[in-house]
Amino acid sequence: MTGSFRTPSGGRIDRTAALAFRFDGATYHGFAGDTLASALLANGVHLVGRSFKYHRPRGILSAGSDEPNALVEVRRDDARITPNLRATQVELYEGLEAASQNRWPSLARDAGAVNDLFAPFLPAGFYYKTFMWPAGAWKRFYEPKIRAMAGLGKAPTLPDPDRYTQHYAHCDVLVIGAGPAGIASALAASAGGARVILVDEQAEPGGSLLAATDAAIDTKPATQWLADALAELTAAGVVIMPRTTAFGYFPHNMIALCERVTEHLAAPDRALPRERLWQIRAKQVVIAAGALERPLVFPENDRPGVMLAESARTYLTRYGVRPGERAVIFTAADSGYRAALDLAAGGVAIAAIADLRAAPEGEWPARALAAGIDVRPSTVVAGTAGRLRVKAARLAKVKHGAVGPAEVVACDAVLMSGGFTPSVHLFSQSRGKLAWDETLGAYLPARSVERERSAGACRGRYGLTAALADGYHAGEEAAAEALKDSARPAGRRATASRAFGVVARDTGTDGFIGAVPHGRNPAFAKAFVDWQNDVTAKDIALATREGFRSIEHVKRYTTTGMATDQGKTSNMNALGIVAEQLGESVPKIGLTTFRPPYTPTTFGIFAGAARGDLFDPVRVTPIHGWAEARGAAFEPVSLWKRAHYFPEKGDGGRLEDMHAAVARECRAVRSGVGIFDASTLGKIEVVGADAAEFMNRMYTNPWSKLEPGRLRYGVMLRENGFVMDDGVVGRLAPDRFHVTTTTGGAARVLAHMEDYLQTEWPDLDVWLTSTTEQWAVIAVQGPKSREVLAPLVEGIDLSKGALPNMSVREGRIAGVPTRLFRLSFAGELGFEVNVPAAQGRAVWEAIFKAGEPFGIAPYGTETMHVLRAEKGYIIVGQETDGTAAPDDVGLGWAIGKAKKDFVGKRSLSRAAFFMPDRKQLVGLLTRDPAVVLEEGAQLVAAPNAALPVPMLGHVTSSYASATLGRSIALAMVKGGRARIGQTLYVPMPSGPIAVELVDPVFYDAEGARLDV
Amino acid sequence: MLIITCPWCGERPEIEFVYGGEAHIARPADPSALTDQQWADFLYNRTNPKGRHAERWRHTHGCGRFFNAVRDTVSDFFVATYKPGDARPDVEGDVQ
Amino acid sequence: MSDLISPLGTLAATAADIAAARLSVIAPATQLSFRGREAAIGPAGAGFGVDLPRQACRFARSGARLAAWLGPDEWLLIAEDADPAALQADLQAALAGLPHALVDVSARALGIAVEGPRAAYVLNQGCPLDLDEAAFPVGMATRTVFAKAEIVLMRETPERFRVEVWRSFAPYAWGLLEEARREFA
Repeated sequence: MTGSFRTPSGGRIDRTAALAFRFDGATYHGFAGDTLASALLANGVHLVGRSFKYHRPRGILSAGSDEPNALVEVRRDDARITPNLRATQVELYEGLEAASQNRWPSLARDAGAVNDLFAPFLPAGFYYKTFMWPAGAWKRFYEPKIRAMAGLGKAPTLPDPDRYTQHYAHCDVLVIGAGPAGIASALAASAGGARVILVDEQAEPGGSLLAATDAAIDTKPATQWLADALAELTAAGVVIMPRTTAFGYFPHNMIALCERVTEHLAAPDRALPRERLWQIRAKQVVIAAGALERPLVFPENDRPGVMLAESARTYLTRYGVRPGERAVIFTAADSGYRAALDLAAGGVAIAAIADLRAAPEGEWPARALAAGIDVRPSTVVAGTAGRLRVKAARLAKVKHGAVGPAEVVACDAVLMSGGFTPSVHLFSQSRGKLAWDETLGAYLPARSVERERSAGACRGRYGLTAALADGYHAGEEAAAEALKDSARPAGRRATASRAFGVVARDTGTDGFIGAVPHGRNPAFAKAFVDWQNDVTAKDIALATREGFRSIEHVKRYTTTGMATDQGKTSNMNALGIVAEQLGESVPKIGLTTFRPPYTPTTFGIFAGAARGDLFDPVRVTPIHGWAEARGAAFEPVSLWKRAHYFPEKGDGGRLEDMHAAVARECRAVRSGVGIFDASTLGKIEVVGADAAEFMNRMYTNPWSKLEPGRLRYGVMLRENGFVMDDGVVGRLAPDRFHVTTTTGGAARVLAHMEDYLQTEWPDLDVWLTSTTEQWAVIAVQGPKSREVLAPLVEGIDLSKGALPNMSVREGRIAGVPTRLFRLSFAGELGFEVNVPAAQGRAVWEAIFKAGEPFGIAPYGTETMHVLRAEKGYIIVGQETDGTAAPDDVGLGWAIGKAKKDFVGKRSLSRAAFFMPDRKQLVGLLTRDPAVVLEEGAQLVAAPNAALPVPMLGHVTSSYASATLGRSIALAMVKGGRARIGQTLYVPMPSGPIAVELVDPVFYDAEGARLDV
Repeated sequence: MLIITCPWCGERPEIEFVYGGEAHIARPADPSALTDQQWADFLYNRTNPKGRHAERWRHTHGCGRFFNAVRDTVSDFFVATYKPGDARPDVEGDVQ
Repeated sequence: MSDLISPLGTLAATAADIAAARLSVIAPATQLSFRGREAAIGPAGAGFGVDLPRQACRFARSGARLAAWLGPDEWLLIAEDADPAALQADLQAALAGLPHALVDVSARALGIAVEGPRAAYVLNQGCPLDLDEAAFPVGMATRTVFAKAEIVLMRETPERFRVEVWRSFAPYAWGLLEEARREFA
């Protein structure tokens, strides 16, 4: 029941553990240790998908992460549906449910396959050329239709229920790839005393050793040597991470890994993350990524049953699976012979070996002949037959470049080998320079940029002997380099270099790049280069005929190498075809850029824990819980969550809307008392003998003469003269200022101050400390605020004479030490009570209780905004936009004219700041007092002027003012102050709104309410 | 993510630092004595070299100190980092 | 500790006991930020009762008092045995006439202890530093980041770290630490 193509014995599967799984609704069986691909093949299932563009039937091409065809959807439940997984990497588990993609209604009868009939009319660039007319149709019609037809899997529609974690880790030597070179590297680096991490994308470390059935190392069978080596590494403390893909190489040796933790389990422990993102910082990296077998580009090389030869051998030796009953081998390298011999031994009939080489020599052809295999030199596969599975190959002799008549050879598998391509993806991502190696016909790592080295097949050192030796050498070097400046004890660093006694038969370095000759009508022969993106040799030839010379342009025009497989199987052959078309050598064509990720990576690991409540810090004040209990509505202000307004239940038990709540809160402050949580204000303590001098230089205002105990409104500019921030500053002592900033500006202002202090004026004896979170700030505002606070305060006289507006005193309130500010952003008698944050809630509650007899009303940021707008007080970032000078927003008075210099002063004398058409702060009153303008709306001079209408300014703040019984607004208007009294218009979809320009102070312009 | 050697704290990840623009541009002692052109040069004009660039960094989420660095803008590797007030070091050769 | 005083009150009270990485709230104590010129550093240590460490990124402890190097002219002073006003008065006396700044930051940050054999592993899910003992030994203290929050991180024993995080970021840091240790529950 576990498949008729399973060998009776052998492989690394657990034949005692049969697993049931489903593919496209049918139930099959495999073994523990299978991949979905090997289990399907064991059941004789080759047809696993439809291609992207032509919907051609496709089978399993490879046995690893280079697989371009066998993309499947794996489903655990409605929310856990993962599309586009490579069946070659999906580990089998009991109950696995997988489905093919890109087909309708079924894989065998796919309606989209009609595209294949029209293929001659769907060449490269077809979309660019065809869907250009009529204008606008692309967006409305063609693109949606094409998108509906194309694409691979479908994304699940439910939120991802799994967890993903992110980790930082460090090591001396990171070894990427646990094949022979990687394991030897790890052995050497570990022996050298280095902290080593060894990662491999497969479920089991070992790489090619897992399929090395006939090799021996140090007199042991290779697989036994592997087990011993892994045990030795583990005992030495090397961290071995299987199922872990190094998908990105980032600057300064930061390697990103994706570790698949639970994906292979039938019943994952939900406490475990599905995947982990590792950001590894390695002192040295050894890339031992191996090499990828290259397909041959011949007509109909995409039929199910056509497979890479080395992959077929892997299926046999590692999984005990025969890829077919009768195979034709098409090869340009000795590896095809090795596959043929192993498969023959495993019970697969070898119909013939078609060798592209004219005179294959050496032990491998000899051995094949000795085994009675039909070896045919100078022979190509010029085509295949079969609908959903290959049924025959057309073998033809090539003589002097001409392809002779074809002989049809029946078979159910065509196994091809064009040689190997070193996997240089990660090296290339590290910005290392590649060089063309003529002997190997391959790009190899030539010059490193990062602290890394490649070892083994990924730098062209093919064969077990070379890989082990090269890997060990690289590991030794990496450890020595990593530890050369280390104080760490040498450990076993003195160990003599290790040599491995290898008995193995290597398969040489031959290969072929490009499209093989086939002698057929090129318009109808589909020889695939990029299986995943359905790019044929003909498409690439067409691109060069149409004038594309740069390989980067050919890539984009034909989309070859742009699929999710990152060109693993297609890049080199595409280069070969372009080179042939242009009559150039391959290295002259150049190489496209390899980009991360090496294999597709879930979004989940990039999000990690940053979702929901942990997406960003949600900063709340010490008083937040009180506001929450009171039913406040909140609004986000930078990372803070602030009480926006406090709706109360009105008549009939209905909750007030914001408009009603704000109107009530405003009335309470203007006529009684309100309480407001201002804790989010930025605070900086400026301390030292030169504190006043530093303040003089940082702010426009003069500070030397501000007496301790007094407050001043300060304006801070950037060096370019534009308003950066503002806030009230209290002088607590000759050498101590308590500076406040805007909520959003706190960190920016501190950084700005530190910049000047550290780099321009390091001689000043002054230091800056952020105290934003030290103090809770409780604003108590309104004519009754003094009466509310007086009974709670110890050691501070709150009377007008002792504590005039803009003063600060230290004392106690409700038993807690306080810095009590008398000031008002509402234009009333008011106080801001600073208490240590830990006591903020208790003091707030004490004040609220004391205020209840006075009808104290908690109010939020909306009311705060309305009250300040009534007074014409600006908010930096609302009235200002980074191009406002102090005078533009009516703050010319805050500039210390006598000061020789301060940050931004020189810029204020630039001519641009004196232009008459600068935008200036004004007030706006709508002709209809009930109309509330939209913030951001534009102002124009005439209601129905011809287009284009000159814009004169814009509305910056707009509210319904309960105090004034009408709407008010602030605006920045060109030459605004000179226009006061004029009428302008706000054009809106419903028609222009007439507004009168007025002074921006709408309420108590003389400030009498503050002077009490 | 780059590794930056803070002159006080040693090698630390870039995420702890904030970039501060070109180094060794002193604020003029008497800005009012400058022409508009000279002031604009100070405010806006930078060398933006291809290759070795002296620049300011602040170890904001570390010791909080500003310091200077020479970085190769082509390779993105640091050649040297040094304390403010120190002269730009004369470092030859490739640095990784 | 109730939420009236600390935003971690409920979180800490309901936290699971996970031996691999225990989380607990460190009792609030007086914390002062000391800044000063060279001349003030010695007297500050004398006045505080703990010599201020001169090696970068180290803390020194004596009894109920701890002094952590946070920058070349910046130390965090923690005293479990004095209120802020009293400690400030003592230090001001020792530092009279010397260029320095002392600022009370006792309420600014909250302390979280992360303790257990997997403490470093848990912290490394947000902190990018190498927490191997060779690279981050016992006695090390530094400002750094934990995901999107700035923290001060101290290693008190091989398996115990102290995290100081600004008050409004504390629930976020705690939540991430909980998330990071979930696999050990």
